[in-house]
Amino acid sequence: MNASETDFSRHLARRHRLGRIFGGICLVSTWFGIIALGLLLAGVVWKAAGWLNWSFLTSYDSRFPEKAGILAAMWGSFWLIVFTILITVPVGVGAAIYLEEFATEGRLTRLIQVNLANLAGVPSIVYGILGLTLFVRTLGLGRSVIAGALTLSLLVLPVVIVSAQEALKAVPASLRHASLALGATQWQTVRHQVLPASIPGILTGVILAVSRAIGETAPLVMIGALTYLAFTPGDIESPLHLVTRADGLGKVPLDSYTALPIQIFNWVSLPQTEYQHVAAAGILVLLVILLVLNGAAIFIRQRSQKHSRW
Amino acid sequence: MSMMNSFTELMQDRKDSAPPKGSKALPVKFQTADLSFFYGDHQALVDVDLSIPERSVTALIGPSGCGKSTFLRTLNRMNDIIEGARLTGKVTLEGRDIYEPDVDVVVLRKRVGMVFQKSTPFPKSIFDNVAYGPRIAGTKNKAELKRIVEESLKRAALWDEIKDRLHDSALALSGGQQQRLCIARALATNPDVILMDEPASALDPASTSRIEDLIFELKENYTIVIVTHNMQQAARISDWTAFFYQGKLIEVDRTQQLFTKPKKKETEDYITGRFG
Amino acid sequence: MAESIHPPPSLTKRFTVSRLKERLIRLVLLVCALLSIATTLGIIYVLFTEAVYSFGDDPAFFQEVSLSQFLLDTEWTPQYEGDRHFGIWPLLGGTLLVAGLAGLVGLPVGLLSALYLSEYASWRVRGLLKPVLEILAGVPTVVYGYFALVFVTPYVLRPVFRDWLGFDVDIFNALSAGVVVGIMILPMVSSLSEDALRAVPKTLREAGYALGSTKFDVSTRIVLPAASSGIVASFLLAVSRAMGETMAVTIAAGQSPTLTLNPFKSVMTMTAYIVNISQGDTPTGSIEYESLYAVALTLFLITLAMNVISQRVLRRFREVYQ
Repeated sequence: MNASETDFSRHLARRHRLGRIFGGICLVSTWFGIIALGLLLAGVVWKAAGWLNWSFLTSYDSRFPEKAGILAAMWGSFWLIVFTILITVPVGVGAAIYLEEFATEGRLTRLIQVNLANLAGVPSIVYGILGLTLFVRTLGLGRSVIAGALTLSLLVLPVVIVSAQEALKAVPASLRHASLALGATQWQTVRHQVLPASIPGILTGVILAVSRAIGETAPLVMIGALTYLAFTPGDIESPLHLVTRADGLGKVPLDSYTALPIQIFNWVSLPQTEYQHVAAAGILVLLVILLVLNGAAIFIRQRSQKHSRW
Repeated sequence: MSMMNSFTELMQDRKDSAPPKGSKALPVKFQTADLSFFYGDHQALVDVDLSIPERSVTALIGPSGCGKSTFLRTLNRMNDIIEGARLTGKVTLEGRDIYEPDVDVVVLRKRVGMVFQKSTPFPKSIFDNVAYGPRIAGTKNKAELKRIVEESLKRAALWDEIKDRLHDSALALSGGQQQRLCIARALATNPDVILMDEPASALDPASTSRIEDLIFELKENYTIVIVTHNMQQAARISDWTAFFYQGKLIEVDRTQQLFTKPKKKETEDYITGRFG
Repeated sequence: MAESIHPPPSLTKRFTVSRLKERLIRLVLLVCALLSIATTLGIIYVLFTEAVYSFGDDPAFFQEVSLSQFLLDTEWTPQYEGDRHFGIWPLLGGTLLVAGLAGLVGLPVGLLSALYLSEYASWRVRGLLKPVLEILAGVPTVVYGYFALVFVTPYVLRPVFRDWLGFDVDIFNALSAGVVVGIMILPMVSSLSEDALRAVPKTLREAGYALGSTKFDVSTRIVLPAASSGIVASFLLAVSRAMGETMAVTIAAGQSPTLTLNPFKSVMTMTAYIVNISQGDTPTGSIEYESLYAVALTLFLITLAMNVISQRVLRRFREVYQ
């Protein structure tokens, strides 16, 4: 009896120690990712120091690293995102409305849902290939902003649809029932009750999709976003030009373009080490934009949670 | 037996101690014939034959799960939105089978209004809540909408309390006010029938009493069918009472008769509190 | 109002503009929903007609190169005029090497993080750490490529493996890409595994504790096995993601298709090859250009298979616990 008791307590001490070590390993693992993130940010900031300034933001790319800037890339990304939003929001929200409000539990609905899940896992470069063949060649849109936006739209559409579905699901059924019982049609119920109530969720989903689209490089590389560009789409170089050079707006969709991640990719690929600094500056701009976007999404989500009163 | 006596007292205290309108039967508004209802494989209603007379209050009583709410929802086809729901038999409104394929469910629901157990005001202003029904039906004229809203709120006995804050949020109202708002909302579509599913069960006694008074006034002009688990309430306000049990209609009679001289044993057992 | 002089509206359906509008809107919404299926069909169509069987003038890749050549040859040299080899193995090997290294980094770390967040961390700590991990998932892949090339190789890999241990480390190497892709998939593994762990009912844990188990026992002997299929599903998804990764590997892993297991060497992944070809001057319609589609088809099929299997495993896992 005694021997096995001491055996047990010795064993127990070891078990507890093992448990603590294991817990420690798990904690370290969790912090591994966070520290990696910290190192990445620190490294980028360090390399970008002194290179991120106003002239960087307002110049075009150049053969001389000191003169290189991301003006063309910023505007290119801006127009890409604008058109992507214009395409994905109606289509994505429309699809989500159909799936949540109108569709019956049939094979077609399940097929669409499974399909959406699969599309989310397709490598982004395959979307680029699709965009290249369909938009650039078959539809003849060439290396234009609209071809890029269409390709990016296909890529982020599943994100928008799924987020919109979640937002619609969150609206309580009692609201729909009350509307239907008053003699509203399904579309009237959606349009006047369900949709207004789900706007914060949909907005969050759109911001998520935009965050994804801004950072995507592979599809744009495939469809030929140019890497060295000394002009902006429609020749609109500053927010003021949106008004003063308004005739350029019509040219934007079919104009050539470059984008932030493309420009960064180009700079990283160049042999001169000075371009490493330029690339870091570009990365910092990109990260700041993403930070602002995600901050906005969090803000919207918190505000809507405070205001939802049902 | 003491239960019976208390009901008899209730009957004597009833507001309309005068005999019901006309000694001949009122015209029938709704009529069901062999109505059976299924949620998938589960049968919720079994061969129900019930007539609902117009311009009176018909109460549906019975223990939980007896099918009374399901029955109520067949009258405005709200069960259509449930997957796997189906029914056999006929439900006719003034002689017209409302489940015929060429019946417009949207029109049906304008004519047959519904008030739910838990008040569900839309997250909009009081005005927009009441105006919702007429608006989606096509009424765009602002003056006309104002008139409808005012009249509906008056008929729901809510006008005086909120006439100065029509554009405030409906969610700021108290529970009892919200329920009266839902009644006003239902009235705004100019229905002939109002269905109520336990409208006062979530309210305090004072608000409940106001709702009951309201129902009393409304039955002048509307056919009212009310589901209630509160027998005293049924005894107080209804003209006819139908007792459901396990999906079957056990007995239906003038309220006075049903509560004092029930014909079936199950009815008597339920009323005297021996089960449910 | 019920005493108004107008008779109540007829119940019969009538052909009105509003009914027509309702049907039209429903149709438009259906088209929107079907667009996702159209996308999948489009991808399949494009890959098929360019790689397998062409309906047009230019022959598809597999109409000129045999499948056995593709699968058995160990050299990939489509651009060498005289001596063209179309064996997929160098590219596939590059992809597998980088994805494997990424898995070695991301899967265990992700799983252990998930265990920590699910079993050990307090409510507040979880609320703080989870969003930070999510940030990792949102960092664009070019940034990871930059990090690998500019920091991981010169400041970590070379000092440790070349200067200290004496290995030969190329500037472009599979390990740097593998490490950053591993960091990239870490949040995915962590989040999905955590969902699986939390889906295990509390009663199972309580039973373990009641029998005198330590937290370590409960976590590793009860919860982990119970959540294993959910965790496996998350692993499959993460590795699939790693295989489909393009920019980080293009920047950091290299551009030379060599079949090797040496993580310090420069390799070329399938995705990097696709980028390479599209950026170059290869004439469209030529067999070198078509090889792009064959590689893309291979990549698509592999990732699709992994995703489908992962979803099936996940569905079975959910059936047990939900």
